[in-house]
Amino acid sequence: MGEPIIRIEGLCKTFGAGDGAVEALKDIDLTVERGDIFGIIGLSGAGKSTLVRCMNLLEKPTTGRVVVNGRDLMSMSERELRRERQKISMIFQGFNLLMQRTSLENICFPLELQGVRREEARKKARDLLALVDLPDKADAYPVQLSGGQKQRIAIARALASDPEVILCDEATSALDPKTTQSILALLKKLNRELGVTVVVITHEMRVVEQICNRVAILDGGVIQETGLVSDVFSNPRTEAGRRLVLPDGDKIHVLPRNRLVRLVFNGSSASLPIISTLAIEQGIKLSVIEADTRSIGEKTFGSMVLGLPEDETEAARALIYLREIPGVTAEEVTEYVQ
Amino acid sequence: MFSEANVELLLGIVKNDLASALWQTVYMTFLPTILAFVIGLPLGILLVTGEEGGIRPLPKPLMKILNVVINLLRSVPFLILLVVVLPISRFVVGTTVGTPAIIIPLAIAAFPFIARLVETSIREVDQGVVEAAQAMGASPFQIVWKVLIPEAKPALISNFTVALITIFGYGAMAGIVGGGGIGAIAINYGYYRRRALVLYCAVIVLILLVQLFQSVGNTVTRRSDKRIR
Repeated sequence: MGEPIIRIEGLCKTFGAGDGAVEALKDIDLTVERGDIFGIIGLSGAGKSTLVRCMNLLEKPTTGRVVVNGRDLMSMSERELRRERQKISMIFQGFNLLMQRTSLENICFPLELQGVRREEARKKARDLLALVDLPDKADAYPVQLSGGQKQRIAIARALASDPEVILCDEATSALDPKTTQSILALLKKLNRELGVTVVVITHEMRVVEQICNRVAILDGGVIQETGLVSDVFSNPRTEAGRRLVLPDGDKIHVLPRNRLVRLVFNGSSASLPIISTLAIEQGIKLSVIEADTRSIGEKTFGSMVLGLPEDETEAARALIYLREIPGVTAEEVTEYVQ
Repeated sequence: MFSEANVELLLGIVKNDLASALWQTVYMTFLPTILAFVIGLPLGILLVTGEEGGIRPLPKPLMKILNVVINLLRSVPFLILLVVVLPISRFVVGTTVGTPAIIIPLAIAAFPFIARLVETSIREVDQGVVEAAQAMGASPFQIVWKVLIPEAKPALISNFTVALITIFGYGAMAGIVGGGGIGAIAINYGYYRRRALVLYCAVIVLILLVQLFQSVGNTVTRRSDKRIR
């Protein structure tokens, strides 16, 4: 365990009161460690945006504790909180740049708030423009920039106050896939080179796969699973996790009468020709119901749902065989979501 | 209408009174508008920032009173307001007749209207940008000064033009308290003395002035708005 930088304990957030009250977050416990790129993934309405807004108290939790950098935000005065927020930057889906200011002036904005001298602020802003690869856009207004460029300016602005944490609220959701890649690469680079901790809120699996080292799955205002991305994604333990990680599971329209088994591959074994080996060596034929493999970090992971033969003894032999393959978890599926 | 006497009267007015009437019209349009903006701008901002969920919520009863007072002042017809606030005019500018006497009533009539215009301009500012500023640790004052006003600037300039032209229209009533200006010429010569030629010419001058104010306002608005490429 590294040093925790964000610690959330017993956090609840309820909107409204009485009969119309909505419990957006229920008893959240979460720790983000310094240097993490921490993903919080969930479908829309899961409460992810509320959760990230609780990390800098843009949204005030109903109960619970939010400790950032060892300091309890909930017990702070407005003034102390404002000072603390300077170390917790945020970038947004809609970029939220000041439309009446140039790129350079936008990047200077947080420094201006802190009373940094103008020349000093502008010099730093120029350095940051270079860091985000837009050195020639200093005098461009946001309207003249593309979505990806705007997000780069927003990232430069977020870095201006030398933050320890950057919170990303669906920061790539408004961008096309190629631009998303470049923004994610930039965030990863900043994490590696500046050591800034990044919290990423997203509904896209691929965003988490690509840059996060740890992930929490949020569903219905509750953290369902949390852990290393490789663990959670290769073998989701909860229904919500499976829904997110194996998103097409509920779209299959075959009604299998056979018993089903789910194989989860862990790294190198994914490439083994398991099905043909079974057919050739054991004479057992399996049908592929669903298959999905992907690479996470440097390893390959995947999952497959196979239909077992109708013959009970053959099915049992197949299960034994599958369970003996190293790096593969075989689990019989009792409830297959249609 | 174009009788010799009428034309002569018109030429006399143009020669003797036009310049000073123009000046009075401009002065009793701009001065009350500026005064009303000085009061209306902070009030309009307060209407947005002070509400529940705003960046600096104020006590609900206070907001209620503020809203009621603004609505109340806006519902009084200008002519009535003009008479009612004459004592204030006497106190501030020392007279209840002539052009200066109408400055205060105009400003009082206009500031609630301007407060509402400012309110809508400020509401147009993207809430996300305000949130971004809050996330950076901006104080409510910094948000007003560095986010709300600069981001709403084009809308504020555009609404300043609207207010200016509205006040310009009220200014024509200055004639009633013995004030001057083009509007007074139209009323005194054209209406009371039934000199149609003077009336039409005065109205044409008023139309041209409104056109001028509006186009200058539009140009300044457009130039100030960086959202237009």
